[in-house]
Amino acid sequence: MKALIKILNELHPEVNFEAETALVDGGILDSLDIVTLITEINQEYDVSIPAQEITPENFNSVGAIMRLIKKIDEA
Amino acid sequence: MLTNILQYLEATAARLPDKIAFSDGCDSLTFAELQKAAKSIGSRLAARGFRREPVMIMMDRHPNVLSAFFGVVYAGCFYVPVDTEMPELRLRTTFNSLAPRIIISDRSNYQKAARLGQAEVLLFDGMRGFPPDEKLLSQIRENQIDTDPIYIVFTSGSTGVPKGVAACHRSVIDYTESFCEALGLSEDCVFGNQTPLHFDAPLKEIMTTIKYGATTYLIPKKLFLFPVPLVEHLNEHKINTICWVVSALCTISALGALDIARPRYLKKIAFGSEVFPVKQFNIWRDALPDAEFYNLYGPTECTGMSCWYKVEGRVPEGGTIPIGRPFRNTRIMLIDENGKEAAPGEPGEIYIAGTCVTLGYYNNPGKTDEAFVQNPLNRSYREIVYKTGDIARLNERGELVFISRRDSQIKHMGHRIELGEIEAAADSHERVARSCCLYDSENKKIVMYYTGEAGQGELLAYLKDYLPRYMLPAVIKKLDSLPLTPNGKLDRQALKKLYKDSENEGTHKNLK
Repeated sequence: MKALIKILNELHPEVNFEAETALVDGGILDSLDIVTLITEINQEYDVSIPAQEITPENFNSVGAIMRLIKKIDEA
Repeated sequence: MLTNILQYLEATAARLPDKIAFSDGCDSLTFAELQKAAKSIGSRLAARGFRREPVMIMMDRHPNVLSAFFGVVYAGCFYVPVDTEMPELRLRTTFNSLAPRIIISDRSNYQKAARLGQAEVLLFDGMRGFPPDEKLLSQIRENQIDTDPIYIVFTSGSTGVPKGVAACHRSVIDYTESFCEALGLSEDCVFGNQTPLHFDAPLKEIMTTIKYGATTYLIPKKLFLFPVPLVEHLNEHKINTICWVVSALCTISALGALDIARPRYLKKIAFGSEVFPVKQFNIWRDALPDAEFYNLYGPTECTGMSCWYKVEGRVPEGGTIPIGRPFRNTRIMLIDENGKEAAPGEPGEIYIAGTCVTLGYYNNPGKTDEAFVQNPLNRSYREIVYKTGDIARLNERGELVFISRRDSQIKHMGHRIELGEIEAAADSHERVARSCCLYDSENKKIVMYYTGEAGQGELLAYLKDYLPRYMLPAVIKKLDSLPLTPNGKLDRQALKKLYKDSENEGTHKNLK
């Protein structure tokens, strides 16, 4: 989870990602971020997030993103 | 004789009153509703005595914005749409250079609009029911000429102050006619608009829609984060034509969405503002082998797009997509460093001539005179052309190929940015001595180096108050001194090398 927060903090140093639960709904992540974010997660966690999993629900909080990474990793 | 863009709207509203003109998927406006709302807004503005002056529009992305635009034109004024997400300090700079007497806002932007300065703020909701005053509107129309401005849109300025480009009926009509002809557009077009309404880019959809009676869906911004729902949205509304920035198309292809979701109705895909990475282009081409792909090129100063190129087949690895040829009634000249026409195949700066050349920068004669100049090849009569700062050459087939910029203007995520504007914002921090920006085009990152006492996080937070999101540096590095050339100028080449070296060492990520 630390690595994920590091990736996110490079995109938005001002956000407290551990507490934030409206990354999408609150407009924190935007279209400028998404490709970078997915590419870096794929590299860091050695996964390949499939396009159909890139949804608002899976990216609204660090917890949701971690659950997604775990799910893909275990599949 | 076609002299006013409202003639498009009026002819279409009479022919197809109940067809949907603009929709965001939830709220829609038919052509009759659009015309009625526009006339109400025009009448309200005219009744208040506003004439031939800027009307600032501060509204979130919604079909109502189009009613406001055309309403302003009905009043014989010109609309100035601004980015409602812009930091207030930059918004104020824009406001000050415009000095408008009147702002139209929606409810969510009302407070922000009221804080800007000495201008009356009218709520859109309070205007759209105003009874249309046909007599007054026709009086205004009789006095309008086709060189009257329709809009002003703001573009990044190298000294830190955004420049407002003003365009008139004549150039917008010229652009609409030639653009529609080149791409073969018609009443059957269903557009999916991606570009923000505060730029000239959406003229492609807006003007085609009112000219032919086509339909435009304003795609919600948030959908551009989620490629599969985005493609599903295109299918749900049977969208067949898109004019998007390259980065929006790349989000879909790079994240693998085209493998699992196909835009079933898409027939025409126009893109521009940036170089399309060949690999991403070919993913699109393979997914939609029967669709038409168009590369567009053009500066805001020449109304919209000036050149087009239809891409046939795949693009070979390592190849580039030309920007092609000018639209009808537009002339492109390549001028070398001696002010002469560049020899065939040789690089030259793009100068653009024709009706498409806009009126210049509003309230800024100095900057206007620098860029809107007498045709260097014509000493015989007055012919104002636009000097783009873009360097291009002709290939063996006589097509234009973009090479580079002459200055430090960049294209980043579809936005045109002057690195100088970012530097000016940083330099205004009292504990920054001097700053310099680079663009890492490979990784699409804006990189800032600076000297001074300010911390990096502190500087970034400061910049956020001045600059829109897409202009913020992704990397900020503090140095003891900036490299200088023997003449004492900032040595950008040395900085580039420094950045490259640090990239290779993997030590560039200092925002942790």
